[in-house]
Amino acid sequence: MKKLLVFLKDYKKETVLAPLFKMLEAGFELFVPLVMAAVIDRGIAQADIPYVLKMGGVLILLGLIGLACSITAQYFAAKAAVGFSTKMKHALFEHIQELSFSEMDTLGTSTMITRMTSDANQVQNGVNMVLRLFLRSPFIVFGAMIMAFTIDAKAALVFAVTIPLLSVVVFGIMMITMPLYKKVQAGLDKVLGKTRENLTGVRVIRAFHKEEQETAEFEQSNSALTHMQLFVGKISALTNPVTYIIVNVATIVLIYTGAVRVDIGYITQGEVVALVNYMSQILIELVKLANLIITITKALACANRIQSVFDLQSSMEWAGPGSRNAEGHTDERKADYEGMSGSTSPYVVEFDHVGLTYRGAGAESLTDIDFKVKKGQTVGIIGGTGSGKSSLVHLIPRFYDVTRGTVRIDGKDVKNYGMEELRDKIGMVMQKAVLFQGTIRENLCWGKPEATVDEMNRALEISQAKEFVDAKPRGLDEPIAQGGKNLSGGQRQRLTIARAVVKQPEILILDDSASALDYATDARLRKAIRGMGEKTTVFIVSQRTSSIQYADQIIVLEDGHIAGLGTHEELLRSCEVYKEIHYSQS
Amino acid sequence: MKQTGAKQAETLKKVLHYIRKYWIYLVLSIVAAAVTVAFTLYLPILTGNAIDLILAKGLVDFPGIFAILQKMAVVILITAFAQWLMNVCNNKMAYRIVQDIRNEAFHKIEILPLKYIDGHSYGEIVSRVIADVDQFADGLLMGFTQFFTGVITILGTLGFMLSINVGITGVVVLITPLSFLVAAFIAKKTFTMFKLQSETRGEQTAFIDEMVGNQKIVQAFSHEDESLEKFDEINDRLQNASLKAIFFSSITNPSTRFVNNLVYAGVAISGAVFAIRGGISVGELSCFLSYANQYTKPFNEISGVVTELQNALACAARIFELIEEKPQIPEAENAVALKQVDGTVTLQDVSFSYVPDKKLIQHFNLAVKPGQRIAIVGPTGCGKTTVINLLMRFYDVDAGAICVSGHDIRNMTRQSLRESYGMVLQETWLKAGTIRENLIMGKPDATDEEMIAAAKASHAHSFIKRLPNAYDTVITEDGGNLSQGQKQLLCIARVMLCLPPMLILDEATSSIDTRTEIKIQKAFATMMKGRTSFIVAHRLSTIREADVILVMKDGNIIEQGNHETLLAMKGFYADLYQSQFAR
Repeated sequence: MKKLLVFLKDYKKETVLAPLFKMLEAGFELFVPLVMAAVIDRGIAQADIPYVLKMGGVLILLGLIGLACSITAQYFAAKAAVGFSTKMKHALFEHIQELSFSEMDTLGTSTMITRMTSDANQVQNGVNMVLRLFLRSPFIVFGAMIMAFTIDAKAALVFAVTIPLLSVVVFGIMMITMPLYKKVQAGLDKVLGKTRENLTGVRVIRAFHKEEQETAEFEQSNSALTHMQLFVGKISALTNPVTYIIVNVATIVLIYTGAVRVDIGYITQGEVVALVNYMSQILIELVKLANLIITITKALACANRIQSVFDLQSSMEWAGPGSRNAEGHTDERKADYEGMSGSTSPYVVEFDHVGLTYRGAGAESLTDIDFKVKKGQTVGIIGGTGSGKSSLVHLIPRFYDVTRGTVRIDGKDVKNYGMEELRDKIGMVMQKAVLFQGTIRENLCWGKPEATVDEMNRALEISQAKEFVDAKPRGLDEPIAQGGKNLSGGQRQRLTIARAVVKQPEILILDDSASALDYATDARLRKAIRGMGEKTTVFIVSQRTSSIQYADQIIVLEDGHIAGLGTHEELLRSCEVYKEIHYSQS
Repeated sequence: MKQTGAKQAETLKKVLHYIRKYWIYLVLSIVAAAVTVAFTLYLPILTGNAIDLILAKGLVDFPGIFAILQKMAVVILITAFAQWLMNVCNNKMAYRIVQDIRNEAFHKIEILPLKYIDGHSYGEIVSRVIADVDQFADGLLMGFTQFFTGVITILGTLGFMLSINVGITGVVVLITPLSFLVAAFIAKKTFTMFKLQSETRGEQTAFIDEMVGNQKIVQAFSHEDESLEKFDEINDRLQNASLKAIFFSSITNPSTRFVNNLVYAGVAISGAVFAIRGGISVGELSCFLSYANQYTKPFNEISGVVTELQNALACAARIFELIEEKPQIPEAENAVALKQVDGTVTLQDVSFSYVPDKKLIQHFNLAVKPGQRIAIVGPTGCGKTTVINLLMRFYDVDAGAICVSGHDIRNMTRQSLRESYGMVLQETWLKAGTIRENLIMGKPDATDEEMIAAAKASHAHSFIKRLPNAYDTVITEDGGNLSQGQKQLLCIARVMLCLPPMLILDEATSSIDTRTEIKIQKAFATMMKGRTSFIVAHRLSTIREADVILVMKDGNIIEQGNHETLLAMKGFYADLYQSQFAR
């Protein structure tokens, strides 16, 4: 939470003024019992009706000033809280975008989405409440004590004992319940997970007739959650009764002390009433505080979850222009980078004895990968499930950092590139065909914001998407629903290819991205890509030899090693693995 | 307006139905609330009496005060206990009801027709079971704790005040509704602001979901700056909307508090005047002042509670909608549990469509002999899974009948029908749990040897063995930490273990490389011996040996025959087949 407070930096004024005005309001409230004491001791005792009316006017005036202060405070609090969460969400979104693939893999996207949405809202709510109430309540509590001291020091000693006792009880219960609420949340997550699982796996569950077992498991998680909630509920249910007892027992003591002090003649009857009023003001504030604590407990838990995302540092640093997180040493790197860009290499992509171990993995996923690709070549990558095909191509745009060896693009280590500089060179089509809400045109512009209609049409032609896009009533401006749900799998795949092609990248990577296409379309696509020209180097990952047999180089992967490297004909002669794959498919 | 009222009343009735089971807690809670309120209100009277005994120097009645203070101590203890009892009862009631509702909802999910589940997004159903129920619980809890006590407090205070002084009570009763009006006015004004806020918030969530969910693509296209820009645009709009909604709604409290202060001042003035005229004592006035505070408070709370309750009822209505959804057609009364399935499957004049006005399969006939291999082919999205939906009875046919071993599947128990099929779907699904739990799903009493044998047969053993805890490795929901191919191998092993008499394979090999596929196919071949199998696949080489090939297009089965006859027909299948060799 502490680290998140920086987002309040731009709202310093509001953050100070909100509680300040709240305290002003509370301060005026504290005068009310004194005014009442005066009404009793002077107005009633001396039967002075004009004085009573005057004091009544003072009470209304106090109320009006309180109202003005309070509304001002609410405004500043709302402004600070909303501003805080806006700033925080901005930073969080930016931060999440900076995370490298390794972090995304470990954290999972659904977690990050909850942190950015519901967690952020809870924190906003918490900040708002803290600014509004958390300072007001202690202020009233201590203010009431101070006012009591101004009336009579000895009677006020009761306050001095009661308040620490109350703090211990209130904060004690908070300390005990806070970790328990976390457990409740975890229990709820479990119930949620179970529900989701039964929806996504409904076919399998029914096919195996597991409905009853699943229901039993759900009921178990659900009952565990309920028990947890009841347990926490029982503890928090103590807050109100215990504070009630403390405050009212204090009132009893106060009346007795007051009685003694009046008997001796130190204070008046009206002042006893004032003292009792102060005590009941404390009780009212405590009830508010108890309700507030729940909100704050939740907000704190959420804040910690958000903080843990901020604490997650990207494991990658980028050099040169376009770098996002290498502020301090940009210059130094830049020099380095300029020195190197002079070297011209005949190879577009070079893998120099590359090894890759994923974070937390026990063994290397890629071992000693070594090959060179000339400009304009087509490279086929083939191999079994989990042989490292995707891992290999993910190293080219530096989605992951190699753990051994070097990857060089145009003769320069990818680690010496700026992020945008490197990725602008590369057009990547992933296995999963994802499109974004918007129009077809907007999606194509992801590759090249200033792409012309001609460029788009050419890309659509290459990706074999022209025909169906033209058939859409609004053509390029046809809307795409979130996730591209209004298109078929094959159509989505072709558009993701078009999106990469429109970029006119120096390196085009197709990561098994024609799987949903039928054979005829796939064949036409391959032909069109071959015709893209000398400038584009193409990587095709596939499981079918027919998709890559005309490649200039084919890399055969097995268990993260290169099992064969050469053309189709060469491999058919020399590589057992390739032979096996090929003949299994004909 | 009237209609929503009626609907709310109906929902309320259903809620009461759930409460009935816990009536004892409800009674206890109401009694405890009444005791709490009565004693809370009685306490200021005692305090007032005590103060009246403290007149001035030397005029203090100590024995009288002692008696009153003792009474106070008892009252305090009883109040505190009643308060605690009320809280505990309310908690118990609310959370138990929530538990019941969730169980019931989940139970419903297990028997809902697939049509409902396919037709609704998972998120929507999950949010009903989780978020809506939670909101409902909060509302219910708040309703119980504050509504009862609020109403009783108002009534009780009125009674006590009237018993002391009618005139001052009149002042209180006249001014208080003002705060009610103020609160209602503000609530009405802020409604549109809240609506705008929640709409913008929804927009932002959708955007985050899209961008963070597909971050790899965002990064691959260096699209971070653009998406941050768009995010900021939405974020700024949300900031404005939120600021307005939060600020204007937060005026409610100070405003009603101001009205309370007016009431307080009114009591002070009128009370003092009455006191001067000898109408009431100073102690009674102090008692009145504390009532003035207590009387107005529930009014403010109740307006909040009413909105909260309405919200809770809306949530409850959404949950009940799910709970009351029509379940799948129940098992026929004389449904047989087939023990011996020989593998004969006949489809007689079957017609089916998902939506009535979009006809799909019409008058389709097919006779499958035991041990035959049926291949279903066609371009993507042609509805190949429809056939599976019908065979497994995930959906019921609209007309005609499907028979297994001569029995109409509608006259069999679902369990015995589904147990006779082994199914591997394109969308691999694994449950959160260990590898072992997943594998023995179809055969919970399998021994380790059987399980490992099945894993070996499906070529999953070698990678399972390398996982940190081998067969006891815990996989997350949807097998998140495994590759697509590995998940598929596990799904195959799962079927391998129970070896049912019929098989359904849907694109089962699409994420597995062809070499592994060959190995699996060999295992399948032994498995398929003597077993009727339905295979959905893109690879023509794997279906060439099928006894019957069903060619589907746009949801219809347009051709039917074996490889040779279909090629000879020179129809759609022939085109499809030729295209494989197109360069």
